[in-house]
Amino acid sequence: MSILVNKDTKVIVQGFTGKEGTFHAEQCIAYGTKIVGGVTPGKGGQEHLGQPVFNTVSEAVAATGATVSMIFVPPAFVSDAVMEAADAGISLAVIITEGAPVKDMMFAKAYAVKKDMMTIGPNCPGIITAEECKIGIMPGFIFKKGNIGLISKSGTLTYESANQVVKEGFGITTAVGIGGDPIIGLSYKQLLPMFEADPETHAIVMIGEIGGDLEIQAAAYIKEHITKPVVAFIAGQTAPAGKRMGHAGAIISGGAGTAAEKMAALEAAGVKVVVSPADIGKALAEVMKK
Amino acid sequence: MNIHEYQAKELFKKYNVPTLRGHIAFTPDEAVKAAQELGGNIWVVKAQIHAGGRGLGGGVKLAKSTSEVREMAAQILGMQLVTHQTGPEGKLVQKVYIEEGADIKKEYYLGLLLDRALEMPIMMASTEGGMAIEEVAHNTPEKIIKVSIDPLTGFQSFHGRKLAFGLGLPVEEINTFIKFASALYRVYMDHDAEMIEINPLVKTGDGKFLALDAKMGFDNNALYRQNQVNEMRDLSEEEPTEIEADKYGLSYIKLDGNVGCMVNGAGLAMGTMDTINYEGGKPANFLDVGGSASAETVAKGFDIILKDPNVKAIFVNIFGGIVRCDRVANGIIEATKITNVNVPVIVRLDGTNAIEAAEILKNAGIANIVAATDLADGARKAVAAAKGE
Repeated sequence: MSILVNKDTKVIVQGFTGKEGTFHAEQCIAYGTKIVGGVTPGKGGQEHLGQPVFNTVSEAVAATGATVSMIFVPPAFVSDAVMEAADAGISLAVIITEGAPVKDMMFAKAYAVKKDMMTIGPNCPGIITAEECKIGIMPGFIFKKGNIGLISKSGTLTYESANQVVKEGFGITTAVGIGGDPIIGLSYKQLLPMFEADPETHAIVMIGEIGGDLEIQAAAYIKEHITKPVVAFIAGQTAPAGKRMGHAGAIISGGAGTAAEKMAALEAAGVKVVVSPADIGKALAEVMKK
Repeated sequence: MNIHEYQAKELFKKYNVPTLRGHIAFTPDEAVKAAQELGGNIWVVKAQIHAGGRGLGGGVKLAKSTSEVREMAAQILGMQLVTHQTGPEGKLVQKVYIEEGADIKKEYYLGLLLDRALEMPIMMASTEGGMAIEEVAHNTPEKIIKVSIDPLTGFQSFHGRKLAFGLGLPVEEINTFIKFASALYRVYMDHDAEMIEINPLVKTGDGKFLALDAKMGFDNNALYRQNQVNEMRDLSEEEPTEIEADKYGLSYIKLDGNVGCMVNGAGLAMGTMDTINYEGGKPANFLDVGGSASAETVAKGFDIILKDPNVKAIFVNIFGGIVRCDRVANGIIEATKITNVNVPVIVRLDGTNAIEAAEILKNAGIANIVAATDLADGARKAVAAAKGE
């Protein structure tokens, strides 16, 4: 078991024939992901990486039965690509692209919700179900199969955490990089219940950062609904207020969105919160012993 | 990215958001000329810097004659203006905005920003004009009225009515207010703004609304399609090292500690700063070198970190995923040949080919490069090195 994606998930790639799309689609195929085709307008009918290329997402869905789209198109075209996927009946769009305008995502997300399409990202590493299906740009080999669910706003912290989890003798069910932009798709609050319902997931690692209040919402949800142990780290305890720390969404504005308030809320919800990201693995080992 | 008050008001004027007349001036002579052109017998001399609280810091002054305009412009131009948003060193004032006077009857607050939880813009209004909105939100949250605006429908009159009645405006002023707020929403959406703050919004003796101040910030990801806003960028208001880093695709923010950090990925970069802090040190900077971590970017990263004389050690923390650690190790060695690194460099490489990378670093035999086994080990060694241990 796992959440959202597994070895049978059929995936298409939007921006399939571009440099990034090609490189990462190839890596995903090597990992075992069922990439069944791709979309590049104007290149319909061609073949790329041994898979068919379509002009539109609708055609790709009709021909392949794909339910998930991995999106690599440049930032200026992301909202268009997301809305096209939603219109074509895709059920999950994984948006890897970094640098999409916030206004565009505001419209694209609203449209996706209306069309009942889930989104992950943008500006994220993607989603991986260990040893089954990788939809994104993460290094697959780190994610050994196991019983830990992972949700993170940051790419490299996802790898760091997964690595520590594995070093402690555990493994991953599914890891989701939700992205560090101000407007993102699936967040902790939607993913936590999926991990709670997944019988193979025994504990959850959650990585947050400064900015916004998604971690606070997560804390409230955990307190009421999550029975599995949760370990959390919030990045940016030492970040100055008012400065954007690399991610578009990682900013303490008007004194709100600090690491301290998020850590306190999570602790109050019974989450094991670590101050140093070097302690994620150890903390997990502790909660798993109980 | 932020712009100055006078620039925000230029955008307002195009959308018929009422403001006062004014001119920008770089010298006291220009200030006097601006006042003469505006006419009247009262003017306001306003320092133009990218920070709030200018009035309290002595950067906004009332002048009742052109000689007073000259005197005040001379005082303000060239001063290091210190406000609660500038830090103790303040900001150099290089231009002043000369504005005509106004017959102010009442001051309000009006702002627009993205509500990340609702995923749509919200407009906020308050009767507590002139006060910092964070303080009002903290002390008297009931005095802030908020409306969320669905981008799919845009600003509707009911949004305006809710704000106007909330502010206690008399019925005959409601429509004027709605027009103002509706135009402001268009300014926000059309320019990919991240926030607009009018503090204060004033009502004049004849029942008109005016943006007495204006603050605007923009979504950097959308600047590629906002030429007019791009032209308003004032690089002198930004940190020179941050601008330079940006040119090389690096994301750098200077902090006040002495342990320099070079990391791949924004989250891990913040996490590295936190680990240094946890181990008893202080990070000197945030630096995300991005995914590739090539010899050139690493060398540039060293250059930028070492521009800060406080840096006593550098912690390079790379988690190699798609990028192989052996290549990063070679890049680091290459970088030390390109640029002179005269402080201890603690290197932690983990992920793909980490063992090979450790070998490469060891065999290179560079005296000031110290290998670390993991994140905590690296942070500890860097903190110790910065303390001279």
